[in-house]
Formats: sequence, C-alpha cells, structure tokens
Amino acid sequence: MPSSRFILNRIFLYAVAIALAVWTLAPLYLIALAAFSTKEAVFQWPKLFLPTAFSTETMAFFVGSTGVLDSVKNSIIVALVTVVASLILGAPGGYALARFRFRGKDAIQLGFLISKMFPTAILSVPLAIAFLQMDLYDTLWGVALMHTAMALPFVIIVTAGIFVGVPRDLEEAAQTLGCNRLQAFWRVVMPLTIPGLAAAAIFTFVLSWNEVFAATILTLRNRTLPAQVLSGLSGSPLYYRYAGGFFMILPAVVFIFAIRKYLLNMWGNIVR
Amino acid sequence: MRVRTESILPYSLLAPTLIFITLLIVVPIFQAFLLAFQTADGEFTLTQFEKMIADTSFADALKFTFLLLIFIVPAQVVLALVMALLIHTRFKGHTFFLYIYALPLAISDLAAGIVWLAIFTERGFLNSGLFQLGLLERPFLFLSYQNLPALFSTLIIAESWRATAIVMVILLAGLQVIPRDYFEAADVFGANTLKRTLFVVLPLLRPSLQNALIIRTIFAFQTFAVVLALAGRVIPVLTGEAYNWYALNRNANIAAAYSTLVLIFTVIATVVYFRLLRTSTAEAGFD
Repeated sequence: MPSSRFILNRIFLYAVAIALAVWTLAPLYLIALAAFSTKEAVFQWPKLFLPTAFSTETMAFFVGSTGVLDSVKNSIIVALVTVVASLILGAPGGYALARFRFRGKDAIQLGFLISKMFPTAILSVPLAIAFLQMDLYDTLWGVALMHTAMALPFVIIVTAGIFVGVPRDLEEAAQTLGCNRLQAFWRVVMPLTIPGLAAAAIFTFVLSWNEVFAATILTLRNRTLPAQVLSGLSGSPLYYRYAGGFFMILPAVVFIFAIRKYLLNMWGNIVR
Repeated sequence: MRVRTESILPYSLLAPTLIFITLLIVVPIFQAFLLAFQTADGEFTLTQFEKMIADTSFADALKFTFLLLIFIVPAQVVLALVMALLIHTRFKGHTFFLYIYALPLAISDLAAGIVWLAIFTERGFLNSGLFQLGLLERPFLFLSYQNLPALFSTLIIAESWRATAIVMVILLAGLQVIPRDYFEAADVFGANTLKRTLFVVLPLLRPSLQNALIIRTIFAFQTFAVVLALAGRVIPVLTGEAYNWYALNRNANIAAAYSTLVLIFTVIATVVYFRLLRTSTAEAGFD
C-alpha cells in the first residue's frame, strides 16, 4: 500500500505536468480558434473561448489573398529542394564521419559545429548581393541554396549519428559475402537507416518551411509563405495574420509529431 | 592500392559539403565584413559603422537585444529544466507529456509571435478572459508603446513558449547519458528529491546546461520575427535593424554593419562556449 506521502508526491507531479502541458497547448488552441472564425468574431468583445463562431471565413480569406497560394507552392518547392540537396550532399559526409578515422576529422567536426552557429541573419545580406550578380536573387533556387547551407551541418551530424547506429560487422559480413563497399552500403546499411534518414528529411523540411529572415531578404516577388506573411505584417488585417500563423504552424506540428520518437536522439547528437 | 582508396574516400565523401559550406557560409561572412568596412571604391572605412551608431534606433536596438537575452535565456532554461527533470522521473504517461512539450520545436519565431499576438492584442484572448473574470473593465493595451514593460514581457513570454522545447530536448538528452548509478547512490545515502536534484543531477548536467545556455544566447542575438509580430518597430533589435536597413531602406552596407556586429557578439559567445565546455566535460569525467 503506497504511503500518503507518495500519493501526495504523485498528485503534485501530475499537477505540474498538466500545468506545463496547458501552457504549451493553450496558445495553439487559441490560434486555431482565431484562425477559424468569422471576420467579425476576430474583433468581437469580449472574445469567447469556445468555437461558437466556427467558420472557415478567415482561413478562406487568407488562402484567397493575392500571392498566398503561390507562396505556399514556393515554400514547398524550396523545402523539397533543400531536403533532397542537403541529404545528397550531407549523408555521404555523415557516413564518412561515422565510419572512418582520418587526419583532420576533429577539425572538420568542429567546423560543422561552428558553422551551425552562424545563422541566416548574418549571411543573408552578403548573399543577397552575391545572388544579384549571379541572377539568383528573387529565385527559389537562391533561397533553397541558403536553406541547404543552413541545414547541411545539421544533416551531417544527424546522419553520422544514424550511421554509427548500424553495426560495422553487418557491413563487413556483406563484404565477405561478395558485396563491394557500395553494394554493402546500398543493400545492408541503407535499408536499416531509412527510418532515421526519413526523420532527418522531415526535420530539414520543417527547418526550411519555418525559415523567415533569409527568405525575406533573398526574395522580392517570389516569396515563400513566411516571407509573404512577414512582409505583410504591418499592413494586413488581424484575421489575415491569425490565419497565416495557423497555416504555417499546422503542417510543421504534424510533421514534428510524426517523427517524435527520433527527436531526442537527433538533438542528443546535434548538441553533443 | 586498397589503403590508398581508403585514405581518400572519407575526404571525397565530405568534399561536397565542405565546398558548399565554404561557398555559402564562410565566403559570405567575409563579404559581410567587406560590405561593412569598405567604401564603393574598395577602401577601408568606418563611415558605415559611424552611420549605424548615429542611427536613432541603434542604442535602443543594442539595449533591447541584450535585455531580451538577459530575460529570455534564463526563463527558457529554468522552464526547460523543470520539464526535463519531470519527464526524467519516467512517471506513468511521461512520453505523452514529452511529445506535448516538444511540439513548439515545429513553430517558427514568426508564427509564435502571431500566436501570442492573438492573445495579447487589444481585443485578444487575455483581455477577454480577464474581463469575463471581472478583473478588468476595459482592455489593457499590452502591445502599446505606452506600456513598454508589458510589451517587453509579451516578447519574453512568446520566446519562452517557443524555444523552451529546444532547451528541454537538449537537457533531456543530457540527463539520459548520466549513469543511473549516480541516482541510486544518492538514494542509498538518503537524499530526497530536492537534494538529489541540486547536488547530484545539476552538477552532472552542467555540460548540457552550458550547451543549452550558449546555443540559446547565440540565437537570442537573432531574435527578430517574434519582435516584429508583437511590437512592430516600437522595440528595435539588432537583427530587425539589419532587416529594415536592407529591405526598407535598401542600404546593404549599413545592414551589413548590423550583421557584422551580431557576428562579433556571436563569435565572442562561441569562444566562451568552447572555453567553458572544454573544462566542464573534463570535470564531469564522462561523455
């Protein structure tokens, strides 16, 4: 029979856990409420906390606004290019870090760690000037290049962690059974790492989907969704902003929830 | 022959990434310096920095950037520490709560700013709630320049809400590499939860704590969209000024001067980071 002190402990523990969950979830509920209401309800006083004015009016207004659908399409294209490019470029590097000992390895790893720390705010202005000269300014390619550079150190470190998880013996066994190095990688290592790589891909997608600063600086007309919402912040009605905010959050939250089991491992690797 | 291919292979696997990062991260950093310190004719100048410092928003931007950092980083770390320690007790249902706490990982600073705009705006949810509880007669203007402390607090709340998840995941990853024996040993010697946390867990968690602190410090220098969404230009910050100078005033040189300043702060924080980290991992004795 548990002591009363133990039970009190448990009650306290769950109370704190639930309070923190409410702190995290309540704002998400409220923005959903604000994003799915009538335009009048957005300015209603006092606001109600139950979805009594549920309507797709504000969301439809946002999606139907000039440039929004195009910017959603742009965001998806940029994010997909970023995912493919950063995995193709980064995963082999991750494999190299996971499997080989070589001169300069520590320096290279340190380099990746440091390059993670120079975020877009510093790089965007000089890149915008360089892109102007290369006809990459205001193109989706330019934004995707920047996002790939931003994602690469992350992809390398995460994929290295994934490849370390595959026992070397398996690969060597495949090689003694007649596979060459590439075949051993393709037939034995790859299938085992697909779930981890997919999680890394999804995380990279969200990274690009959410990126605001570089996308705003590097484009003028070909906006991504966050750039579109940001550039309209001061001039757009509240309900447009609410709908835009919710529209940006929804896919990202769904994606992150889908890869929840990998989050700890990925971040554990990144910050090590 | 075999040895030769082996020794080249890792370098050739890494080469594409190294070239890419050099072109898109290393080169632009130098170009940012050139933009900030050069005249149109390519001569060294400090004019752009003088213009930046003379700008009416500069002093405020510098002040608010550091003020935000001072408040946001500890708030995030304390909140994240509570979450991480709670999850680490592995109570029944802890994974469910972990996934909830981790959700803001998916949310951009811009979206977070908009979420809290819906709450703090004049006819927003907070005013409505306080009114319905009878605590307010008319809306309080949280986001007005007349109530600067309130406006500033909304930024801290919004950023804490968003970025606490990142810190929590870092700390939880750190907690998981602490061998279980340490906890058991503390129990054997009769330490209660509070004592165990203060004297056993926190010292062992120091590497992760420092990691989280410095990563958040570096990114706190970049705070931008959340400020723009909630405060407009009432509260200027360094990165926001870089954005304004480039996107609104079309002056890449002064924008680059702001970027360079942020870069200098980032480098200082990074150096401190590696100094602290090196000593702490040695002290912790594992890793």
